[in-house]
Amino acid sequence: MNFDDTPQEAEFRATARKWVAANAPKEFEEELSKSSLGRIRLAKHDMVEVGKTWQKKKAEGGWACLHWPKEYGGRGATPIEKVIWQQEEGVYGKLTQPFQIGEGMCGPTVMAFGTEDAKRRYLPKLASGEEIWCQLFSEPAGGSDVAGLRTRAEKQGDNWVINGQKIWTSGAHYSDYGLLITRTDPNVPKHKGLTMFFLDMKSKGVEVRPIKQANGMQEFNEVYFTDVVIPDSQRLGAVGDGWSVSLTTLMNERMSIGSRLATGLPEMFEFCSNLMTDDGLAIDDPATRSKLASWAVKASGLKYTSYRAISALSKGERPGPENSIGKLVSGTMLQDIATYAMDLEGASGALTGLDEETASGQFQQMLLSSPSMRIAGGTDEILRNIIAERVLGLPGDIRVDKDVPFNKIPTKGR
Amino acid sequence: MNFDFSDEQKQMRDAARKFLTEKCPPKAVREVLDGKATYDKALWTGLAEMGFLGVAIPEEFGGAGAGHLELCVIAEEMGRALAPVPFASTVYLAAEALLLAGSDAQKQKWLPKIASGEAIGTLALFEGKGNPSPQAIKLSASGGTLNGVKKPVPDGAIADFAIVAARTGSTGRDADISLFLVDLKAGGVEVRSLTNIDPTHGQAELTFKNCKAEPLGAAGDGWSILTQVLDRAAVLVAFEQVGGSDRALEMGRDYALDRIAFGRPIGSFQAVKHILADMYVSATLARSNCYYGAWALSTNASELPEAAAAARISATQAFQHCSKNNIQVHGGMGFTWEFDCHMYYRRANATAVTLGSLSYWEDQLIDRMRKKNAA
Amino acid sequence: MNFDDTPQEAAFRAEAKAWIAANAPKQYEDELRKSSLGRTALRDANILEVAKVWQKKKADAGWACLHWPKEYGGRGSSPIERVIWQQEEGPFGKLSGIFIIGHGMCGPTMMAFAGEAEKKKYLPPLASGEKVWCQLFSEPAGGSDVAGLRTRAEKKGDDWIINGQKIWTSGAHYSDYGILLTRTDPNVAKHKGLTMFFLDMKSPGVDIRPIKQASGQSDFNEVYFTDVKIPDSQRLGAVNDGWNVSLTTLMNERMSIGAGVSTGFPELFDFCNSLMLDDGPAIEDRNVRSRLANYAVKASGLKYTSMRAISALSKGDRPGPENSIGKLVAGSMVQEVAMYALDLQGAAGALSGPEDAEIAGKFQAMLLRAPGTRVEGGTDEIMRNIIAERVLGLPGDIRVDKDVPFNKIPTNGRA
Repeated sequence: MNFDDTPQEAEFRATARKWVAANAPKEFEEELSKSSLGRIRLAKHDMVEVGKTWQKKKAEGGWACLHWPKEYGGRGATPIEKVIWQQEEGVYGKLTQPFQIGEGMCGPTVMAFGTEDAKRRYLPKLASGEEIWCQLFSEPAGGSDVAGLRTRAEKQGDNWVINGQKIWTSGAHYSDYGLLITRTDPNVPKHKGLTMFFLDMKSKGVEVRPIKQANGMQEFNEVYFTDVVIPDSQRLGAVGDGWSVSLTTLMNERMSIGSRLATGLPEMFEFCSNLMTDDGLAIDDPATRSKLASWAVKASGLKYTSYRAISALSKGERPGPENSIGKLVSGTMLQDIATYAMDLEGASGALTGLDEETASGQFQQMLLSSPSMRIAGGTDEILRNIIAERVLGLPGDIRVDKDVPFNKIPTKGR
Repeated sequence: MNFDFSDEQKQMRDAARKFLTEKCPPKAVREVLDGKATYDKALWTGLAEMGFLGVAIPEEFGGAGAGHLELCVIAEEMGRALAPVPFASTVYLAAEALLLAGSDAQKQKWLPKIASGEAIGTLALFEGKGNPSPQAIKLSASGGTLNGVKKPVPDGAIADFAIVAARTGSTGRDADISLFLVDLKAGGVEVRSLTNIDPTHGQAELTFKNCKAEPLGAAGDGWSILTQVLDRAAVLVAFEQVGGSDRALEMGRDYALDRIAFGRPIGSFQAVKHILADMYVSATLARSNCYYGAWALSTNASELPEAAAAARISATQAFQHCSKNNIQVHGGMGFTWEFDCHMYYRRANATAVTLGSLSYWEDQLIDRMRKKNAA
Repeated sequence: MNFDDTPQEAAFRAEAKAWIAANAPKQYEDELRKSSLGRTALRDANILEVAKVWQKKKADAGWACLHWPKEYGGRGSSPIERVIWQQEEGPFGKLSGIFIIGHGMCGPTMMAFAGEAEKKKYLPPLASGEKVWCQLFSEPAGGSDVAGLRTRAEKKGDDWIINGQKIWTSGAHYSDYGILLTRTDPNVAKHKGLTMFFLDMKSPGVDIRPIKQASGQSDFNEVYFTDVKIPDSQRLGAVNDGWNVSLTTLMNERMSIGAGVSTGFPELFDFCNSLMLDDGPAIEDRNVRSRLANYAVKASGLKYTSMRAISALSKGDRPGPENSIGKLVAGSMVQEVAMYALDLQGAAGALSGPEDAEIAGKFQAMLLRAPGTRVEGGTDEIMRNIIAERVLGLPGDIRVDKDVPFNKIPTNGRA
């Protein structure tokens, strides 16, 4: 057992490190290293523009979408090389946020189901960040229950006509293309009447409206479709086979390995180390220490769980299911940490202004953003179901809607 | 044993709920949330007309002369409705301090104005980070003038007067602290609004520069009065928290009944049911602790310090628990600005630290239980 | 709002107090007061015998089963009088532990479903503690799912023949009678084929085996039935109506009001008040205080919740559903309290020899008994379901076995 690179890995790391040192936009390093959950913004620059520049530079140097084949804009790297790259890219990795959905979900789906022409046309530009993709799956009626979606696609000649509404679409407002799952047959059970497409987000009839979140920010959108026309050539997979296609997208979870989830612990530890209370430094207080210790072992547990997955990759094995605990653990932890940091500040804990000696308001922002960590990308409850069912092998929940035609499923509880 | 509110008090609760449902719907709360107003002036006037502002103020000072049990039931409704008015600062802090320690002239001057809605009051205690403690009070008073900075002061930007905790000695004992009453409209005070996680209740920084002030209560009695005021306010704020907890629980329950996923109401899944059952448990424990606090407050019982701390802790935990899990039950929609869930989450976490944080009250509770045990 | 008795309540309390002062077995008071969850035993006396003597004395003077009608051995008291009696009985109430199931569950079921002759015959000795009753519902195949039980009752002439097995039966080894829920028709849906009986526990074919619990003690039993004969006159309710009859038994929850569930908090508080840590008294440690405060508000929350229910009784109202939280909160709390008390003692916390202080032993007993509390009489999960469904009005779980004949329901998940 060791934490060393193999000789090949070490060589790859040296190459990556050298390239990053020579090419990364160092002027943003400090700002990026300070940004935490709920505030990834650059004070004086448009985050998407800076991200695009960095991504293009990486693509030209052969460092974009490392694990993709070269002909589609990648490097043909191994999974462990991708992890090493992420480690070396470090804080600049935060700049790739606008491309994550495209790279992690849309790209792999186009790669698996697109025609060769489509792959050559779209994937290299996706990889280089010149074109940004978004994913249009969630709907008001289908959150955790993705297959409950209602957006209709109807065939008209060689085209499909789309009507409906998507929600929680990250980056729809700056995306060029989107991966869209629709209902093409409401008369069959819900998983069987779905079809997947990709479309130009500038198509006529597409309307993007930002959603104001509980924390005051706007990271997501509602997207409305009114008689939007999509050529049949942009269909991915067979008609009625959209659910299987979407599983390819959703299962592409490996991307998360090695990219650390925020837990709030480093921020909290630093905060407690510096905070003077009436009785001395917060970190000398037994109550604070007991809490910090509990969080510290959770954070280190997550870190080393991810190391175990990386080791599996390094040996060319498929990582086990352990990594699925990450978001479940870190979501609640962020919320608890933020609450306790505010507690330690006393009545001033509720203040949010940058100049209110409240640790720059970072915990207040963390508190307001943390509920979304427990919901987005699978609620805590869905994640527990996944662990119970896929990892522990417990039976799935009883599905009363499984064999019922979609248009016979109730839509309102009371 | 009659450990319950009387029928008359319950009728008052119903009247308050009816009034607030009508005059303080979420839309009205959002006017203040979105910064279109500093507080809901129309609601404030309405509360005065209903007699709610002076419910615990004796008739001789312009109040209704009812009592603290009546104030508790109204507090619960205020919390439930997230009323965006300076009720807590004016009624629980300023009015209680006046009732406890004010001279007859001070009471005659300010209490009728509180009851009629003409005056907003507050308590200026904190000076930056930290919890209530005599050592943390640096603002100095000498020769009837105050110098120093208070922050955060609840509703400090809209208050007409403030009760100010000041240092009048340096012996290192509680007797170093005295209280003063300051007419904030009379000059000598600079006011700066502060942003906070719950914009429906304002916070401010008050800078006192050679500000004229009159003593409230005897010199050196400040800390002892403050302790009593905080205990009383702790019970009353706890009722607001219980009201908020109950509403958050109801919102979650209603959504779980309405929302369909996988062909059935999400409330039929045990994972969701158990979240809601646990919310009910914490809200119930808090309510029962609050009732005991209400009894102690209304009878001025020697148990009040312990009862107040227990009510405060229990209600803080319940409101934080219920408001965050209400969002969880709502899923993504609960995280939108459009849904009201975040308003309860904001309020819960803001009220968790006003009057001093949970850790502070935990410490107080055990201190007080220990003293009682030793006695 | 007040904690005062009404004049009638005060008069009743005074009478109870005087009688108890004159009659209670004071020699055990101290020991009973100190006993906590997981260890109600007397050092130099058989608790069962002491309890029976006390119960008989109470019955003779009209203080047993206060809320039962006089002709069945009770006093015809109001619910609030019963609560006042419990408050006054204080630590001596711990002696009625062995009668709780008979008085709280079997008695009320007999009262509702037995013939007049049976009621007159069986209820007074049940009230006076001369006869002890137990309840035979749970089975290996039906724990939380009570209606999943498999013990068969088959009609032969005027009798029923019982074959099967029950489990988790408290006190079966010292019980004289039991109420027994059986399956009389396996071809109908599971709730529809059940029938209730009562039986003499000394009947031939009844075999009682104690269960050694995780705590090392044996409070519960397995009871095996082999061709046990029960006359049809001992049937309670109609054939196949046993589920409804059992609901009467299970719903008799009022008994819990005022009884006060054990949380472990008073013990922990006392312990922390006297414990010295390396840095000084435990109670001055911030971390200890924070923990204590959290437990304190739960314990007081439960206490005042129960007082709210008592107030409702005092006014003649039906108490609200709040009381259903008691066991759920107390169960996991006792567990946490015990773990924390052992944690505070450091490595010595795990020792259980006689030399290692009574204190460590007390919390160890609590720790080992607590998992049982979170399971018996409804698991934490079932309690949450009950709160969610009966109190908050959420829909019931999807029941795949609801309309399926009992003998078609799968019995093993991975068969």
